[in-house]
Amino acid sequence: MVQYLARRLLSLIPLLIGITLITFFVIHLAPGRPTDVLTDLNPKISLQARDRLAKIYGLDQPLPAQYLQWLSRMGKLDFGRSFVDDRSVWDKIAERIPVTLMINLLAMALVFVVAVPLGVFGAVRQGSFWDHWITLFVFVGFATPTFWLALLLMQWLGIQLGWLPLSGIVSLDFERMNFWEKVIDVSRHLTLPVFISAFGGLAGISRYMKTSMSEILRQDFIRTARAKGLSERQVLYKHALRNALLPIVTILGLSVPGLLGGSVIFESIFAIPGLGRLFYDGVMARDYPVVMGILTIGAVLTLLGNLLADLGYAWVDPRIRVGEKG
Amino acid sequence: MNGLKIGTVIIVVLILMAFFAPWVSRYEPNDIQITQALLPPSGEHWLGTDQLGRDVWSRMVYGIRVSLLVGLVAVGISTLLGLVLGAVAGYYGGWVDASLMRFNDIMLCFPTFFLILAVITLLEPSLLNIMIIIGLTSWMGVARLVRAEILSLKERDFIQAARALGASDLWIVTKHLIPNAMGPVWVSAILGVAGAILVESGLSFLGIGVQPPTPSWGNMLLEGKATLGAAWWMTVFPGVAILVTVLAFNLAGEGLRGRKM
Repeated sequence: MVQYLARRLLSLIPLLIGITLITFFVIHLAPGRPTDVLTDLNPKISLQARDRLAKIYGLDQPLPAQYLQWLSRMGKLDFGRSFVDDRSVWDKIAERIPVTLMINLLAMALVFVVAVPLGVFGAVRQGSFWDHWITLFVFVGFATPTFWLALLLMQWLGIQLGWLPLSGIVSLDFERMNFWEKVIDVSRHLTLPVFISAFGGLAGISRYMKTSMSEILRQDFIRTARAKGLSERQVLYKHALRNALLPIVTILGLSVPGLLGGSVIFESIFAIPGLGRLFYDGVMARDYPVVMGILTIGAVLTLLGNLLADLGYAWVDPRIRVGEKG
Repeated sequence: MNGLKIGTVIIVVLILMAFFAPWVSRYEPNDIQITQALLPPSGEHWLGTDQLGRDVWSRMVYGIRVSLLVGLVAVGISTLLGLVLGAVAGYYGGWVDASLMRFNDIMLCFPTFFLILAVITLLEPSLLNIMIIIGLTSWMGVARLVRAEILSLKERDFIQAARALGASDLWIVTKHLIPNAMGPVWVSAILGVAGAILVESGLSFLGIGVQPPTPSWGNMLLEGKATLGAAWWMTVFPGVAILVTVLAFNLAGEGLRGRKM
């Protein structure tokens, strides 16, 4: 296992370098210098001042030198300072990550809890009345723009019925609440965002689960299990389900970039102060250090998600860590 | 129920409506009538009017053009890229394959929506840029698919035969390998159109996609968000349009997959 882990970690290095290269390339696609944003709004700024600013950000040097500088600073978690409020980009990102992470983890948990039973049911009762409904749900779920669903639910649960708050993660009088009131307040605020960010995954995961489960159910060891007289319950849950869950672990790991990308949309709909919102604001204000920082960190989080999924898979399935040569 | 048939019929209807938009719509999509603002659906305005008094049905019909165009062009770009990169990687193998697949892995690490958002705002949100960028960020699946197909095809006897007859690499790849690998590529392209339409509507909804006054379903929903609670028709109908269109392409794609296999 240790050997597998070491191999897996080593293989991340070229990916990390590639990620930073692409981020750097994307930012330099933009016409003009990144510092133009700072100077454009101020017509009085002199040419000398412009050059001085460029020097501070190292823009007077050739691109490869700029890249290496940026990379070495990033190794120390120094992503530079935001153009907008001059705060450290790392601080800005660090304070936003918990909210986004919490919502996405809750969403993943919800997806798992709902989609796995749906998928199993669909596989076991293939062709039944309910299986058709699940299939229909999967297709409609895939096709529903989540931001539209968010609008409809806001309209219905938020405005018409007034059951749930429409934006933010806490109420205005949050500070004056006791502990349990705070918990309830945050859960009320998070209900819609978590549901919306889970919705996209529900359709996908339940379909994977159904495919995975039906494939397992056709295999020899299931027939053996039935033949030796195990109850249907034992066959399904002890033998089939455990094996069918394996690919789902990987899929959950692979869904990290989608969830992060989706957070841009739902965080701006629900005015949630998370990573996606920070990215959106950064992009709108052309705050290059923030954009570069989040692009890199988003990709690194994805790598971590994949790594965790692989490790989890290797942990439960010895065939992987012995079989794969890395 | 046959998904492929239902999907195809809806797609054909959509294409016809997009083509004959001036006849299908009942008003000019950008005809502002302030006195007619925010009217609920009626015989005059089937799906109501928006905050500037423009006819929602007419704007939705013209929105089909945007969605279909983005879907087709973006998928055209990503499929072409995926075909070329996947074919090169699969056919030549070795370090070419290794480095192309590494590049593929790296691109897959980025939350695509982050990447698209960054590039579009850095350049400039326009219909053309959106199509190009969606295309440039969604070729990875196709490339993997094509590579896998070609890896298995290139060992077959008929390829050996072609090589023995003196066919060039380019000839073998374009005349023998790619045509035989196209089945799954078509499926992924049709599903890709659905994906691209969703991405475009999301971008336009954030205000960085198709810019007003050009009607797109996404930017209509953005306008609907501002009048949420006062004019449900501005929110409900464009969303239904997206849903039906994406559903149609998904049904067609999955139906085709089912038939091929």
